[in-house]
Amino acid sequence: MNEKVMMKGNEAIAEAAILAGCRHYFGYPITPQTEVAAYMAKKMPKIGGTFLQAESEIAAINMVYGVASTGKPAMTSSSSPGISLKCEGISYLAGADLPALIVNVQRGGPGLGGIQPSQSDYFLATRGPGHGDFHVFVFAPASVQEMADLTGRALHVAWKYRMPSMLLADGTMGQMMEPVVLPEAADAFGSDNPWAAVGTGMKRPHNVINSLYLAPEELERINFERFKRYELAEAEETLWEEYMMEDAEICVVSYGITARVSRNAIVEARSRGIKVGMIRPITLWPFPKAPLAAAAEKVKSFLCVELNMGQMIEDVELAIRCSRPVDLCCRVGGMIPAPDEVLAHIMKLAEGEKA
Amino acid sequence: MVVFEKPKALTDAVLSYCPGCTHGIVHRLVAEAIDELGIEGKTVGIAPVGCSVMAYNFFSCDMIEASHGRAPAVATGVKRALPDNIVFAYQGDGDLASIGLCETVSTAARGENITIIFINNAIYGMTGGQMAPTSLVGQVTQTSPYGRDPKTQGYPIRICELLATLDGPAYLERVTVNSVKNVKRAKKAIKKAFQNQIDGKGFSLVEVLSACPTNWGMTPQKALEWIDEAMIPQYPLGVYRDKEA
Repeated sequence: MNEKVMMKGNEAIAEAAILAGCRHYFGYPITPQTEVAAYMAKKMPKIGGTFLQAESEIAAINMVYGVASTGKPAMTSSSSPGISLKCEGISYLAGADLPALIVNVQRGGPGLGGIQPSQSDYFLATRGPGHGDFHVFVFAPASVQEMADLTGRALHVAWKYRMPSMLLADGTMGQMMEPVVLPEAADAFGSDNPWAAVGTGMKRPHNVINSLYLAPEELERINFERFKRYELAEAEETLWEEYMMEDAEICVVSYGITARVSRNAIVEARSRGIKVGMIRPITLWPFPKAPLAAAAEKVKSFLCVELNMGQMIEDVELAIRCSRPVDLCCRVGGMIPAPDEVLAHIMKLAEGEKA
Repeated sequence: MVVFEKPKALTDAVLSYCPGCTHGIVHRLVAEAIDELGIEGKTVGIAPVGCSVMAYNFFSCDMIEASHGRAPAVATGVKRALPDNIVFAYQGDGDLASIGLCETVSTAARGENITIIFINNAIYGMTGGQMAPTSLVGQVTQTSPYGRDPKTQGYPIRICELLATLDGPAYLERVTVNSVKNVKRAKKAIKKAFQNQIDGKGFSLVEVLSACPTNWGMTPQKALEWIDEAMIPQYPLGVYRDKEA
């Protein structure tokens, strides 16, 4: 096992991607994720990999598309406004059934917004980031350790299911330093991808990487097949963590930095005798519907804590079929709630339940 | 006895181009170059969005369909992943000179060791004949129905001249395919653009002035003449960069 080291979240992503076998990185400068590019710029040339500062976010995602077409792992990273630009390319990756890793270290929006942490790209990420019917895996790390672990996981499932993965972090996760144990070096991708465009070698008919199907019955069939794969991914790859849920009457639902804040608030509330716990989605797509539905059988109410005007709350309400009240505790624009703010919200819910 | 064979680098698919369109000639020249250089097995082609979107069905090598204008970025990714393979992008004027101009210029500036075949027919063909960045002043199209007016619609872009301001490109040449003599010259230029990549010389682009009789509203014969009369004065043929020269 590797030693514990202190790392910034963004650097942990970069190193974890390299350890997972990724040798092609394309990016464009944007705060607060630039450390990923800086790390890659230093390291990739020394290990025979590619670091390329692209002319735009659009070019970067299309360079990723090019590498992915050859069956090799590739990634790009950006922050919210840059992810908007990448959405066209992500749609093409999904349409051509290509694996890739896209890192989004979110900042406040809309528009140019700000450079402080945010979770306001939840809808963008989980509803299929781009035109057309599709999904990408969405991972929400809540520690620097998870920045590293989920980067490897995101790459792994992208190749397993031939679909793009998004690591949906926030500015806090990107910028903060924590001890992390880096994963062992691995190459889970193999070199035998019969679908890849690597040259026929005059030994087989040509491979075509494509998302254009002019015959509607064919395009329908391909969409149906793709969603069968999504069903499998939902069944096999959903990740979440439960915290103090055994006897909980209030269930906090939160991910990323707000899950960390909520944990502190839950500890304090428990010390005051409030039965509160948390379900922390680790994958936002696929969303942990089943554990939430199961929790709805036991708890009296839910509290979503997120850095947006209420986006994941819709998935929680859907998962529990609105069978319990779901409240929202949020800060936006780059503001982060203090544990006391979340605690106050929990206390208010607890009071309401008594009344 | 077969006296005129189809190049092996073309599939048996029937081309989707209009009668009199010169895409077919250029496809053939690209395929002949690939055959003669013996590189089909290690070539990866990138098709654009536009009339040649289906080029992935026509070339026998591995093919990738790019989004509109991004073929040079996709080609960059492929070449970085497979430096020993041969990578070419085949693009029209809307794709390369309008929506994808940033990718075109940046890929050329990097001197990326790829080959680009650029079809300039001064119009958007696939969508039914709209004004292109390369449409001539006064040219009537669906979106310049009174003729391209420089006061409101600006001037045509000369890609070879524009890219020749950069240090990155190794080879830039403008050719046309409106006569036997010109087809032979075009063939030589296209083959050289591939040979350069084999030799590691860097970014090579061949601009081919092409005919679009359907959207120009001309007979195929008249369209070939219009290349001489109207296009070549605006887009002079010739070599704009040749690093070995």
